[in-house]
Amino acid sequence: MSSASLDRIVINRLRRSRKQRVLIAALIAIVVAIFALALSYGQSLTPPGEVIRVLLGENVPGAAFTVGQLRLPRAVISVLAGLSFGFGGVAFQVMLRNPLASPDIIGISSGASAAAVFAIVVLSLKGPVVSILAIVAGLGVALVVYGLSYRNGVSGTRLILVGIGVSAMLESFIAYTLSQAPAWSLQEAVRWLTGSVNGAQLAQAAPLLMALLVFGGVLLSRARDLEALRLGDDTAAALGVSVSRTRVIIIVAAVGMIASATAVTGPIAFVAFLSGPIAARIVGSNGPVLIAAALIGAVLVLAGDYAGQFLLPGRYPVGIVTGVLGAPYLIVLIVRANRIGGSS
Amino acid sequence: MTASSTQTPASAGANPDRGLRLLGLGALLLVLCATSVMVGTRSVGWFDISEALAGKVDTIGRAAVTVRIPRTLLAVVAGAALGLSGAVMQGVTRNPLADPGILGVNMGASLAVVIGVAWFNITSAEAYIWTAILGAGCAAVFVYCIGSLGRGKATPLKLALAGAATSVAFSSLVIAVVLPRNDIAGGIRSWQIGGVGGATFERIMPVLPFLVIGFAISLLSARKLNSLALGDELAAGLGERVALARAVASLGAILLCGATTAICGPIGFVGLVVPHLCRQLVGVDHRWLLPFATVAGACLLVAADIFGRIVARPAELDVGIVTALVGAPFFIAIVRRQRVREL
Repeated sequence: MSSASLDRIVINRLRRSRKQRVLIAALIAIVVAIFALALSYGQSLTPPGEVIRVLLGENVPGAAFTVGQLRLPRAVISVLAGLSFGFGGVAFQVMLRNPLASPDIIGISSGASAAAVFAIVVLSLKGPVVSILAIVAGLGVALVVYGLSYRNGVSGTRLILVGIGVSAMLESFIAYTLSQAPAWSLQEAVRWLTGSVNGAQLAQAAPLLMALLVFGGVLLSRARDLEALRLGDDTAAALGVSVSRTRVIIIVAAVGMIASATAVTGPIAFVAFLSGPIAARIVGSNGPVLIAAALIGAVLVLAGDYAGQFLLPGRYPVGIVTGVLGAPYLIVLIVRANRIGGSS
Repeated sequence: MTASSTQTPASAGANPDRGLRLLGLGALLLVLCATSVMVGTRSVGWFDISEALAGKVDTIGRAAVTVRIPRTLLAVVAGAALGLSGAVMQGVTRNPLADPGILGVNMGASLAVVIGVAWFNITSAEAYIWTAILGAGCAAVFVYCIGSLGRGKATPLKLALAGAATSVAFSSLVIAVVLPRNDIAGGIRSWQIGGVGGATFERIMPVLPFLVIGFAISLLSARKLNSLALGDELAAGLGERVALARAVASLGAILLCGATTAICGPIGFVGLVVPHLCRQLVGVDHRWLLPFATVAGACLLVAADIFGRIVARPAELDVGIVTALVGAPFFIAIVRRQRVREL
């Protein structure tokens, strides 16, 4: 290879990575912009100056309540949950090499949600204990789905179908638990079946952030191995990746993130499923998909919640908005997979 | 599957064993119905039941009986319709995973009714039923088209996947339509999770003609389904008009599950579980399988309803929740049993 063409490859690579960095920066800017919008403009407009003063801890009459009590917890929880769903979802999709294998389709989110409902409604627990239970249940469900679909290796489609069956069961368990609750409340039902950030509190943010930092750090440190897994288990093994260990670590980390977010907001429909493919479309499938998907997740939840509150006729919880968005995409994906014979 | 499935039609009809089994199943259904009338939040004795049947409703127990009778009737009718339509769908698609719930047909009916109520102000029972049947039909065609794209036509797995996805999609849409409308939001559960509670004779009556036609079409297509089971080429070789046979049998199944969903909401997994169990009992001959699936479906739904009333006392568990809890493991078992190459 001549040095000229080598130079060109290097230049192209640099250019691509610069472009990707710009894209990531743009995504971050979008998240910040929607966050700012969600803080300052709701039923009424709060001037940016007042918003900043509230954020700095000053007691501004009026704004301290609308911004500090109503909008800020909502927006913060939205961002954190969105990041967790996007990040965890894309890790699963890349690892299993199938966009349908996202935690919200194969039942892991429902498992975490079922545990959270059980802990809150039946055991009357609160706080971090609920998150821990949700994580344990999410891992358990992941293990069960994996085990049930194992038969001379795990085939992607069987895993997905088993997951669909498991989540049908878990959802009826959630409905059962809620029917045992003193009063069946529609709000609660919607939260634990499709996800909502109504009634979010700032106190919930700390455990969420912690889980995000710990598990996200683990995932990022394994990003290279995850990239190798995308090429197939055998290739990854040949490249020196210890496949089964990597897989266990990734599952634990991704489930940890998804479950701790689910324990707060419920399984916000399709965010984990949508973020990965959208991110791949934006930064290219060999770009920094993990980070991009996490940011897309945050955009989806923030924008979905904002749209559900103010832009649509009537007020919808965020899970409904993302559910309606995601459902047609799910069908498109299946149509495409069928056409190229991917799911047969 | 069993030795009996290879018998010639003449000897199969004369097989006393199957007739006895069908009678046994019928007796089981009667027992379950009686239990369903007696058991609930408040148990009622025989004396009160006979008094209530005679029209005396002075005590709470007797009043409870008059509420439970239409409910039991609805469970019988709905279960029979779902079991039969599941058996027909499995025959038409030659797919062990077919079920009006899994293929998204029930959810399609549900969505159609919700849209009709929200935007077109439908109120009469007939309008409900027609809308539901229309929705069920559209959903069935839609799912079948998605599932048969690509190579290998409609494999079980592709159909199930397409159906599950469509089901998820429709159920999000149902919530989205219902939630902002306070007037119908109270009924949101009944369009997400099917149940037979709160049934009255006035609500059941209008749907009966549709169900009768559905039962007739489905039961009469047994012979066609037997030919289809041999594969399209062989069926055509035997002189069967394959596409027509499929369309007619599907119409029967769609009438059944659409009309059922119009009064009960989407109830899943009955149509999946029942035909599989019945095949163990009578083999794969549809002329026996279909009547068995009808009776067994009724048994299953009545039993599920009783279970739902006992387990959550004093509240009740919608029968759709119970069937999902029972049916989903069954679904997983079938998925597991399939060899990868077949999928």
